[in-house]
Amino acid sequence: METSIDNNLITRSENILERVITSAKIRDAVKGIKRIKRSHRQIRAENVFRKTIVIVALLMVVLVLGIMLTLVLQSILSIKTTGLAYLWGKTWDPVQDIFGAYPFLLGTLLTSFLALFISIPFSFAVAIFLGEYYPKGWLPNLLKNTVELIAAVPSVIYGFWGLAVLVPIVRSLETKINVAPIGLGIFTSSLILAVMIIPYAASLGQSMIKMVPANLKEAAYSLGATRWEVIRSVILPYTKSGLFAGVLLSLGRALGETMAVTMVIGNTSLIPKSIFAPGNTMASVIANEFTEADHPVYLSALIELGLVLFLVTVVINMIGKRLTKKFTN
Amino acid sequence: MSVQVKYRIGKSVGFQVLTILLSVACVIPLIFILIYIIQAGITKINWHFLTNLPKPVGEIGGGIANALVGSMIVIGVASVIAIPVGILCGIYLSENKNSKLAYWSRLCVDILQGVPSIVIGIVAYFWLVKPLGGFSALSGSAALAVMMLPIIIRSTEETLLMLPDTLREAAYALGMPFHRVILKVIIPCGISGILSGVMLSVARIAGETAPLLFTAFGNNYMATNLTKPMETLPHVIFTYATSPYNEWKDLAWGASCMLLIFVLVLNIFTKFITRKWKVQL
Repeated sequence: METSIDNNLITRSENILERVITSAKIRDAVKGIKRIKRSHRQIRAENVFRKTIVIVALLMVVLVLGIMLTLVLQSILSIKTTGLAYLWGKTWDPVQDIFGAYPFLLGTLLTSFLALFISIPFSFAVAIFLGEYYPKGWLPNLLKNTVELIAAVPSVIYGFWGLAVLVPIVRSLETKINVAPIGLGIFTSSLILAVMIIPYAASLGQSMIKMVPANLKEAAYSLGATRWEVIRSVILPYTKSGLFAGVLLSLGRALGETMAVTMVIGNTSLIPKSIFAPGNTMASVIANEFTEADHPVYLSALIELGLVLFLVTVVINMIGKRLTKKFTN
Repeated sequence: MSVQVKYRIGKSVGFQVLTILLSVACVIPLIFILIYIIQAGITKINWHFLTNLPKPVGEIGGGIANALVGSMIVIGVASVIAIPVGILCGIYLSENKNSKLAYWSRLCVDILQGVPSIVIGIVAYFWLVKPLGGFSALSGSAALAVMMLPIIIRSTEETLLMLPDTLREAAYALGMPFHRVILKVIIPCGISGILSGVMLSVARIAGETAPLLFTAFGNNYMATNLTKPMETLPHVIFTYATSPYNEWKDLAWGASCMLLIFVLVLNIFTKFITRKWKVQL
């Protein structure tokens, strides 16, 4: 009796056990399938993600090529009709279809280089002040932050300020030195541009100067050099290319600056006779006349200006970036 | 001390004084410019100014409500376009440092950063304004988005490169797939650096006028339709500042002050974040 009961029990419990085991197996199998599905999904998601970022990176290349292509295609009409004479033609008269960009090229170069000339002493002084004399402390920190904030002010606000404050000042200056007191003109725009580009050269320059190895400076001091001699014969030669890159980058910014210049330069298509005369830069001509251009050649001529501006700023910026990279490596 | 040594020390001190003088002489006027703009504008800002449309010439009062709303919409749409694209591109550049595509992509980002804003305006005109048949806020947003991209990409790339490789390797060792490692581990760790780049880019485009001249154009009425011209703060400053009417100039001062405060606050905030970020690292 006892054994039969035991047998019965054993078979029953075996059955139960089997059922449990099979159900567990099914559960495991289901889990396994789920896991496989999930990992499939994840692999797919991973592939999609990888592809997306590659496409986005490609998009940047396409974007820049597209910009260049658009500019070239749209200016072909003007290049065909005026040819190379476009660059040195002295008159810009849309009514009679005469397009010469020389006054604007001259205006752009004059304002940018004058601005560079005015800003360099100040930006180098700030760079040396922050990089060498007082690299730490609250006052230099304040100075540094202020200079960086100045770079953040929108150019249209600089233009408005120039119109309201700087133009009257320049006008009174012009009456004193006996030039036609217009106030608007190349000189005023250069002053505003100078204010706008100081932060660029200054902040890049101060980080370069901070990177000069201490042992070089110490070696010079141990030979009995004064602070000025260390700056002149160790720091400046060492950071030469970096400082030059800063100047180039601020030049690039000055060349392409539009709004502030448009508001204070006076907007005439004549060749500026002196630095106090009103004129126009490439960017300001585009800003003023683009929506007024009523026939295809006119529009195309304006776009050709944009193309020239694009090429010049790209070249200058690339050289500047190369120099900075070489320096930081 | 011999005369020569004294001369050399004198020269050194002289140069130091000159440097300090030039630095101070350049920074103090800059501070005065900021103070002048804020002073000229702050008195013009009141409730009426913020909630009303501009009035025709000759009538006193009027506000810039349309420009405020328009600027918010244009900047918002630009951010929606630029932030995901910029961050994804930054991820690609930091994950594939030495691939050929990364080299070209990086070069193009560099070029894009240097393109004058007016040129981007021209291109946006041909890509979006002409095909869509008229000036639209959307084309303005697209132009601004292109200007935001380089800043976001650069800051994302640089932040992600600063993260230690061990972080990435630990996540991989747990069997996480690539996209989860990036989205759940790498991005959250570098979020403050990325955010600061995003805010800087917003601060930069908030004041951009040139690309909006031929895209969003401007509008005297309240507009919320993305396919129609829309007024923006910088554009309102430009048109009113160059107008001959004093009432309009007052409006422009108020608008300048608001724009300036917005941009400066954004910049200061960014500085705060980046400082914290550097300490954490």
